[in-house]
Amino acid sequence: MFTRFEKQIPKIVLAPSFSAVLIFVYAFMAWTVYIAFTKSTIMPMYKLNGVLQFGRLSRSPRWETAIENLFIFGILFIAISTVLGLLLAILLDQRIRSEGALRSIFLYPMALSFIVTGTAWKWILNPGTGIEAFVRSWGFSSFKFDWLVNPDFAIYTIVIAGVWQSAGFVMALFLAGLRSVNQEIIYAAMVDGISTRRIYTKIILPSMAPVFMSAVIVLSHLAIKSFDLVVALTGGGPGYQTDLPATFMYAMAFSRGDLGQAAASATVMLMTVVAIIVPYLYSELRSKNG
Amino acid sequence: MVDNKGLVGSVRFVEYLVPRVQRLGIYLALVVFAAYYLMPLFVMLTTSLKSLDEIRTGSFISLPRDIDFSSWKIAWSEACTGVKCNGLKPYMLNSFLIAIPAVAISTMVGALNGYTLSHWKFKGANLIFGMMLFGCFVPFQVILLPMAIVLGKLGVAGSISGLVLVHVVYGLGFTTLFFRNYFVTVSNEITRAAKIDGAGFFRIFYSIFLPLSAPIFVVTIIWQFTQIWNDFLFGVSFSQAGTQPVTVALNNIVNSTTGVKQYNVDMAAAILAALPTLLVYILAGKYFIRGLTAGAVKG
Repeated sequence: MFTRFEKQIPKIVLAPSFSAVLIFVYAFMAWTVYIAFTKSTIMPMYKLNGVLQFGRLSRSPRWETAIENLFIFGILFIAISTVLGLLLAILLDQRIRSEGALRSIFLYPMALSFIVTGTAWKWILNPGTGIEAFVRSWGFSSFKFDWLVNPDFAIYTIVIAGVWQSAGFVMALFLAGLRSVNQEIIYAAMVDGISTRRIYTKIILPSMAPVFMSAVIVLSHLAIKSFDLVVALTGGGPGYQTDLPATFMYAMAFSRGDLGQAAASATVMLMTVVAIIVPYLYSELRSKNG
Repeated sequence: MVDNKGLVGSVRFVEYLVPRVQRLGIYLALVVFAAYYLMPLFVMLTTSLKSLDEIRTGSFISLPRDIDFSSWKIAWSEACTGVKCNGLKPYMLNSFLIAIPAVAISTMVGALNGYTLSHWKFKGANLIFGMMLFGCFVPFQVILLPMAIVLGKLGVAGSISGLVLVHVVYGLGFTTLFFRNYFVTVSNEITRAAKIDGAGFFRIFYSIFLPLSAPIFVVTIIWQFTQIWNDFLFGVSFSQAGTQPVTVALNNIVNSTTGVKQYNVDMAAAILAALPTLLVYILAGKYFIRGLTAGAVKG
């Protein structure tokens, strides 16, 4: 009896966590997806009603803006963070003095809430108090930098702040990658008189393809989930010009009382994340186990 | 001969100069980037120490003329979040009340889970791990609505314990992942030998695994604390007046529209809200970075 009980211990230990995940992740997910196919408004309704909510979503100009913004923000955010992160990593990898201190400086935004650092960014980007006012005080009275309050450009301020927050993280990934490149190959190439530039473009960078992959995956995941950034910088405004799917969903759920639209937009977000993450997780787990 | 010497000399000079100019360029670029990264922190700090008059007349990057800590005091105990004007103090306390139990519980459970999933595998263990891992990636928007309903049904809607529950549940994936990946590197031989000697599940955990897991405990605790302290989405969705964590209170202070905009108080409040995680980062940044990269390269 005792040994049979002993054998069950691992399962008993995992059971509470696993049930919690089953309920709080998977059952909740299923509930939200289900609600996306009903007519729910303020209260959840459980009678299925087809793709009505997705139709409403596709006709909603606010959702269209949110999706457009996600594309603009996502592409620029991923591209610039990757390039800047790689550049910082290469610069730091040149046997730099006080590398540790610089690394800490590039990474501290990840340790702080963007609600905190956004307070400073909002002030820097605000035309009345920040860069614009500063340059004007130097006599360039026609200088303009009003992106934060300009409906056409406000989304780019989110990109600026987002890159600032995440590029250091990409740097850390690439730095780890650079340090694990086989040094002997590089020495051999240097002995053969191959230029530093060619060593980077032909040997080092190609060997870091997996790091590029992780960086892009993590960044796209961050982009889809971005919420604090928008809330802290623009609150979604002017109007709803800087809405992203995450803020759209929040507005529908907690201020508009439109559970159907909230659930439908959350479902679209989920599908996007699944499309990116599942193949990645699958290949990662397979390569580690096999 | 003289010309020749001169030529050699100038070649040497170029050989001497080029690498140095390159080094200078590298350092210059790094310093420019470092300045860009430090600017928000610098602006927060200097602005919080200025008087409102000085803010109005000066520029955003100038140093404060006289250092004035009064806005820190206001931010700590007098600033208004909506209708209440108790400053940030009660909300800092809320954040600690949320973070400490949530970090403790999720870390301990994660340690046991990770140990089980790496050394006591049973049929289906990999599937369980995969499912927990995916839980780390789910966009939280997809669970906000049912969570709000369930918290209400459990009678903990808008309470600190409700937020603790939320943070424990959604932290488990990460803590399990951290411990599992750490314990996987411990040789199976050790566990096998201990089992033959008659040691059981918990005995092996206490006597063999716990003593060698100090570093991963540090990484996990720092990671969880930073995540929970900085959380905004759960805080804003599942709290009510009086139970808000510090990030939500800060956002309310910054966006309050009543009265004269006190930028110095906003900045002081932001620094206060950042202080705990900033301190952790300064004291144990190495472990935070390890968690960050471990979280990224999963599996």
